[in-house]
Amino acid sequence: MRQVLLLAQRSVIRTLRQPAMVFPSVFFPLLLLSINSSGLNSATRLPGFPTDSYFQFAIAIPFIQGALFSAMSAGTNVANDIETGFLNRLSLTPLRRVALMLGQLTGILALGLIQAATFLLVGIAFGDGLAAGLGGVPVLILLSLTISLAFGCIGAWVALRTGNGEAVQGVFPLFFAALFLSSMSLPRDLIETDWYRTVATYNPVSYMLEGIRSLFIVGWDAEALALGFACAGGVAAIAITASSMALRTRMVRT
Amino acid sequence: MSRGSFTSVARALAWRNIHNWFTNPTLIVPSLLFPLFFFTAFAGGLSRVDSIPGFDYAANYTTWIYGFVLLQAATFGGVFTGFSVARDFESGFARRLMLGAVNRGGIVAGYWLSALVRAATTITVVTIVALIAGLQVTGGGIDLIGLYVLAFLLNTVAMLFGTGVAMRLRTMQAGPLIQTPAFLLLFLAPVWLPYDLLTGWVHAAAAVNPLTLVLDTERGFLVGDPTKVLPAFLVVLLLVALTILWSRGGLRSAERAA
Repeated sequence: MRQVLLLAQRSVIRTLRQPAMVFPSVFFPLLLLSINSSGLNSATRLPGFPTDSYFQFAIAIPFIQGALFSAMSAGTNVANDIETGFLNRLSLTPLRRVALMLGQLTGILALGLIQAATFLLVGIAFGDGLAAGLGGVPVLILLSLTISLAFGCIGAWVALRTGNGEAVQGVFPLFFAALFLSSMSLPRDLIETDWYRTVATYNPVSYMLEGIRSLFIVGWDAEALALGFACAGGVAAIAITASSMALRTRMVRT
Repeated sequence: MSRGSFTSVARALAWRNIHNWFTNPTLIVPSLLFPLFFFTAFAGGLSRVDSIPGFDYAANYTTWIYGFVLLQAATFGGVFTGFSVARDFESGFARRLMLGAVNRGGIVAGYWLSALVRAATTITVVTIVALIAGLQVTGGGIDLIGLYVLAFLLNTVAMLFGTGVAMRLRTMQAGPLIQTPAFLLLFLAPVWLPYDLLTGWVHAAAAVNPLTLVLDTERGFLVGDPTKVLPAFLVVLLLVALTILWSRGGLRSAERAA
């Protein structure tokens, strides 16, 4: 436990000490939210649109965009530890792999918490509030952190597989594609293009968005929340397993 | 200073940049992928919005979005060239180039040529994808010439602006300063819906954004019904003139530092 705490402390301090890592991950999603919600507000006139405020619909997007930034941060931090030899030195200690992974990702969870709290406050201040009420706040934060953990683990996995920060940056367009090919801009049943709707239906990011969105628009939608947590948790579990395996391979090489 | 030195510097630098761009996946892939992501996400995900009352465009939503993505591809061809300038200064290459080039105006011309090739490549790829996705171009030959000339002029504006910033700061840290204004100008135009359907502060911003005029004209060219052609060209030519002055100032700044 002490091992995890020490690494977690280092990870949190290292992440929060880099304004270039924290500021864009909060500012840019909010800027895009502001532009989208003004530019697409007329889309709420479409029959079947679930709310009369596009802001309320789009507030879920920054939570995912913030998590994507987290993935880049997690990957870059791990790649940096590999490039500087820090991971090599850790491998000489009796530190357990799981402890190392959890410790490395704590900084990303701290960043995820800052993002979620900021986006939630913005949603309450400029939108119609949280339809799920006060009880929805911990659920929203938990779902948001699970999504951050999922994408953070993918970033860490890429870093552990390649050992290269540039490779982590190169994956960013793929993360963006995952967000773009989802129900980001319109509800899935209002997407007219068949192939796009099919891709969005199979894309787990759609369900993460819809889970968050349900708390803002519907209130307590058990199905949307269950799917949101299942997708985020599933991606997180797969990514943690893949990262642990990549870490074992890298430590064996060391 | 001979004319030959100007063209030889421009040609050599353009060749180097174009070669680097085509052979380095970390440079070419994002340049090609991002406009395609935007096109796919908007044309595919938002196609339903063309049924909103008040959305009157003579072609389908794919064509509407193509007008925007064309400008985006052209603009970012110039923006990414600004990044190349910054990278060349950070690596020390540009400093050696400044010492070797007799006519330094050729340096800016070389970067401009490479920006044109980048934009042309990206626009070709986006256009092929758009045609497969159902792009409906009903404009004639003159309209198409106007469409692409306007796009390449905007590419020139973005490249000159980026070069001016990069030559003043001479570091990759200049990236956000090059990218952010271009990004904001593009997205504060009527991207998804016509100007009359915009609401809130974006509606007010679009009213004073010069790219609103350019985008309207581009979309008009696509359907053979261009509006405000002369004002759009005048605005872009004014921007070219202003950014020439801006990049010349950047070149002088880099010369003083060399």
